[in-house]
Amino acid sequence: MEWLIMERWSPYVVGFGIGLLSWVTFLLSDKAIGCSTAFSRTSGMIERLFRGARTEAKPYYKKFAPSVDWEWMLVVGVFIGAFLSAELSGQFQGQWVPTKWAETFGNTPFTRWIVALIGGTIMGIGARWAGGCTSGHGISGTLQLAVSSWLAVICFFIGGVATAMLMYNVLS
Amino acid sequence: MDFTVVKIMLSAVVVGKIGVHLFRGLGMAQLHPKSGSIGSTVIGGLIFGVGFGILGYCPGTMVGAVGQGSLDALFGGIVGMLIGAGIFSEMYPKLERNILNKGYFGELTWPQLLKKNHWAVIIPVAIGIAALLFVIDRFAS
Repeated sequence: MEWLIMERWSPYVVGFGIGLLSWVTFLLSDKAIGCSTAFSRTSGMIERLFRGARTEAKPYYKKFAPSVDWEWMLVVGVFIGAFLSAELSGQFQGQWVPTKWAETFGNTPFTRWIVALIGGTIMGIGARWAGGCTSGHGISGTLQLAVSSWLAVICFFIGGVATAMLMYNVLS
Repeated sequence: MDFTVVKIMLSAVVVGKIGVHLFRGLGMAQLHPKSGSIGSTVIGGLIFGVGFGILGYCPGTMVGAVGQGSLDALFGGIVGMLIGAGIFSEMYPKLERNILNKGYFGELTWPQLLKKNHWAVIIPVAIGIAALLFVIDRFAS
């Protein structure tokens, strides 16, 4: 059982595991792994607390109802799994600034928080605009050989690499 | 550059692809490819990429990061993504009329586009990915 308390697994083992997980979800649930729709549904559930039925009448939430579904529970599972894994390997630790960020931009939580908030907002808009993220398009869509998903992943990486290079090389 | 996420994604795609198409051939599974268009897939993909580059997490790894205690992921990334999804739901009716359906090509897959048997695509792509992973492992890490 030593693998349960290892700090890190080989990325190939992790990838193999996610590949096997996709077999299981297609076989048992007739679903593909995804993540970003759960954020839309959650956002809708929060909006509904304030605006009630008007939220459910929005065209987008007619397509993606603001409620807990299969994918939402999958995301909860990712959180629980990551927490258990971190606990078992003694890695769980509250941390505001990731190490790589601190090396380049310093150790100020406030700066990191603002930047993460901005990045998250843009990523949230983009994920829904493109109809999926690095899970739904990047893994599930590409493994089904969907043209949309291969195109999406290429754009994810063009946008991501260009932005990261700009930030880490020019701005720092 | 850190290639961990690329290695995970590519190996998941190879393993997933072979199994899922095998089960589909046996009538045990159905495919659910997403539809796409230039206006939605390309523009949305580039916007996603910019956010991904700024944040440094993708939505899935961000949830995992929260599970191991990353507070920037919880109070920055997750909150931001909920705000972003909310903004998109506001913009959606206009975008749908004007942009999202531009260059629509539907639920197209590579075997359909190339008019080939799916294994004629899967096998070369799997070999290509394996070669790419070999190159990354050998020269880039």
